[in-house]
Amino acid sequence: MSNENEDYLEEYKQDRLSHETIDGDLATLNLGPTHPATHGIFENILTVDGEKILDAVQTVGYIHRAFEKIAERRPYNQITTLTDRLNYCSSPINNIGWALTMEKLIGCEVPKRVDYMRVIIMELARINDHLICNSVIGVDTGALTGFTYLFQQREAIYELFEEVCGARLTTNMCRIGGFERDFSKTFWTKLDAFLLNFPKVFTEFDNLLSRNRIFMDRTIGAGPISAERALEYSFSGPNLRAAGVDYDVRVMNPYCSYEDFDFIIPVGSQGDTYDRFQVRQEEIRQSLSIIKQAIAKMPEGPYHAGLPEFYLPPKQDVYEKMEALIYHFKIVMGETPVPVGEIYQSVEGGNGELGFYLISDGGRSPYRLQFRRPCFIYYQAYPEMIKGQTISDAVLTLSSMNVIAGELDA
Amino acid sequence: MGKVTLDAKLETINGQGFQLTSIDKAIGLARANSLWPLPFATSCCGIEFMATMGSNYDLARFGMERMSFSPRQADLLIVAGTISKKLGPVLKKVYEQMAEPKWVLSVGACASSGGIFDTYSVLQGIDRVIPVDVYVPGCPPRPEQIIDGIMKIHEMVKNESLRRRNSSEYKDMLGTFNIESDGE
Amino acid sequence: MASKLTNEEVYTLLKNAFGDKVGEMLTPFDLLTVEVAAESANAIIEWLKKDEKLQVSYLTVLGGVHYPEDKGREIAVVYHLHSLVNNFRIRLKAFLPIENPTIATITYLYVGANWMERETFDFYGVIFAGHPNLKRVLNDDSMDYFPMRKEYQLEDATREDKDDRFFGRE
Ligand code: SF4
Repeated sequence: MSNENEDYLEEYKQDRLSHETIDGDLATLNLGPTHPATHGIFENILTVDGEKILDAVQTVGYIHRAFEKIAERRPYNQITTLTDRLNYCSSPINNIGWALTMEKLIGCEVPKRVDYMRVIIMELARINDHLICNSVIGVDTGALTGFTYLFQQREAIYELFEEVCGARLTTNMCRIGGFERDFSKTFWTKLDAFLLNFPKVFTEFDNLLSRNRIFMDRTIGAGPISAERALEYSFSGPNLRAAGVDYDVRVMNPYCSYEDFDFIIPVGSQGDTYDRFQVRQEEIRQSLSIIKQAIAKMPEGPYHAGLPEFYLPPKQDVYEKMEALIYHFKIVMGETPVPVGEIYQSVEGGNGELGFYLISDGGRSPYRLQFRRPCFIYYQAYPEMIKGQTISDAVLTLSSMNVIAGELDA
Repeated sequence: MGKVTLDAKLETINGQGFQLTSIDKAIGLARANSLWPLPFATSCCGIEFMATMGSNYDLARFGMERMSFSPRQADLLIVAGTISKKLGPVLKKVYEQMAEPKWVLSVGACASSGGIFDTYSVLQGIDRVIPVDVYVPGCPPRPEQIIDGIMKIHEMVKNESLRRRNSSEYKDMLGTFNIESDGE
Repeated sequence: MASKLTNEEVYTLLKNAFGDKVGEMLTPFDLLTVEVAAESANAIIEWLKKDEKLQVSYLTVLGGVHYPEDKGREIAVVYHLHSLVNNFRIRLKAFLPIENPTIATITYLYVGANWMERETFDFYGVIFAGHPNLKRVLNDDSMDYFPMRKEYQLEDATREDKDDRFFGRE
C-alpha cells in the first residue's frame, strides 16, 4: 500500500497537475486528533498540494477501551453496559442485538409483543442516529439551522427512552427475554406526539437542504466510492446502500419479526456524500412508517418471556418468595448456567451490520465475544475516498460516513 | 440615572456618581460571564455535551456562545468522554497550549476516574495528567448536571484572586503534573 | 430471505475441492463451521470467492481466539464470510501454534481485511504473512504484549491505586 502511494506521489510530482504548490513542495497537514472539524478524535495526516489531498495516513485507537477483554470478565447480564457504549448514538439497537444473541444461545422464544416493542425502540434509535449524522453534515456545509431544529426532536426521542428505562443515552434498555417493564401510558402519548410533530420539522429540514443549490454543490461528488470497492471493503449499512447495494440485515436475515413490516431499502448510485445523506433521510421516513405499522399491529400479551433463570423476578417477590430470591441471587451474581456454544448474530445497527460472535464455554462470562463493528471496517476506506478531493470535502466525507469513535476503537 | 448594581452577589459601595469594588471581583465577574470553552469531547459523554450545546439546554445563555476550538483562545477545557493512555499526552499538550488563567471541567465518570473501564488501555482519570477544577459525575451526566458543573466553575472564576496564578503554590501544583506554568 | 444453499451442499463442494485440508462439518446454530488447515486458509477463501455458484464474496468479520489449553493449536483465526447473492454464511477456523502463529494474509482478496488483520495481530500476535502494513492498530506501538491472550489480566498491571485485597483478587 505504502509503496503504491509513493509511486503515486512521484508520478504526481512529475506531471504537476496543479500549480498551487510552493516551490514544488507538497505540504503535510495534521487533521486531528483534536481537530474541531472532525467531531471526535480522528487523526489523519494528509499530504496536500494546495487544497488537494494526495494521500492520507490514519491513526485510530485513541479511545480504545478494551471492550472485548472486559466482556471476558463480566457475567452475561452485565454485557449490555458495554454494548451501550459501542455506538452510543443508537445504544438500544446494540442492547437488543446482544439480548437477541443471548436468546438464541439459550433457545428462548420471546412473545410477539416484545418483538414489536423492540422494533419501535430500534427504529427510534435509528432515527436518532441518522439525525445526528445528517444534522452534522448540515453543520459542516455551514447550515447550522438544521442542527438546532433537529436537536429539539432528538430530545423528544430521549424523553421517550427515559420513559422506558430512565436513561437518555446509555439506555441499558433491553433484558434477556424482553423488557424490564411494559411501555407506560405516558410513553404512548409522547410517542403519538412525536409522530405528529417530528415529520413537520423533518420536512422543513429536508426542504432546507435536499434541493439546496449550495448544499448540492458541496456534497455531490464529495467522497465517492463505487459499489465494488465498497463491497471489497466490507461496507455495510447506509454507506453501502448509498453506493448502490441493497444489503440490509433486517431483510436478509430478519430478526424481531421484521418480516411482518413493509418497508423499502433506499439505495444511492454514486456513493458520495449527497447519496449517503439522502439514503439516511429516506431511512428515517421508512423508520417512521415501520413504527406506525408496529403501533397499529401491536399484539396484546406479556412484555417478557417466561424465563426465570435469566429474567429478574419482580422485586416484591424477591422479598416474599424463596424461589424468586434464589433466582434473583443467581442472576445478579451471574451464576446461571448457559449452554456451551458458538454463535453469530447480527442486527442492522445505525451504521450497518453489527455482529456479535460469541463463544460460550458454559462459564459465567463469555469465553470470547467479538463485536463486528461496522465503523471500524468501513473507516479504512477513508483515504481512498478523499484522494484527489479538497480538504473541505474530506471533512464532509468524514461526517457523512458517520464514524462513531466508541465503535471504531472498541 | 438610577442605581447601578453590578451583580447581586458582588459587594460594592455605592455613592453618588461612583461605585467601589475590588478589581478582583470586577474582573472575576467579567471572566465568569464570558468563558470560552474548548470542548474536548471524545465519546459518549461528548454526545451529551452536544445536547447541552443544542437548542434545548442552550449553553450560550451562560456567555458560552463561542466554542473555542483552538486551545490558544480558550479559558475552560471541558473534557467529556474516555481518555485512553494513547490520548493522554495529547490532552496534556492541549492543556499546556491554553493561556492562563484556565480552568478544567471533567465531565463524566470516564474522564474523572476511568469509569467502568478499569482496563489496560484507559487512563484512570484525567487528573493523572492535568489538574481538574470541577468533576461532574454520571455516565453520562445529564445536560442539567453539566450545566451545574459549569455553574460551579463560574463560582470559582468569580471568587478567584488575581494573584493566584502567580503564587508559588500554584506553580508547585502544576509542577506535580510536570507542567511548566506560563509565569507572567 | 431464505438461503439458496444448504450447508451440506457447500460442505460437499468444499470437501471435493480441498480434500483433507477441510475438517469435519459442524453446524452450531445452523451456521456452517469448518476447520481448515492454516496453510490453505487463504486458498479456500479465494476459491469460495471465485466460485461461480457459491459467490461467497463478502468478508463479514475476521478475528482471533486464544485456547491456552489446546497445545499446538492455541490460537484460532476465525473468518466469517457471507454470500450476499445466495444469503449464505460460513465460518472458517484455522488453528495455529502459539510459538509461531503465522498465516497468509487475505488482504489481496479483501482490502477490508487490512485493519481486521492488524487488530488480530494487535490482540493476539498473529502474524499475517504478506500483509502490507502489519502493526498495531488500536493499542500504542510501545505495548510489548498481546493483551487479549488469556494469561494477561484486564486491568493495567502497573497500577498502584487499587489494592487487590479490597477487591477480592489476590
Ligand atoms: S462516563 Fe459513561 S457515558 Fe461518559 S464517556 Fe464514559 S462510558 Fe461514556
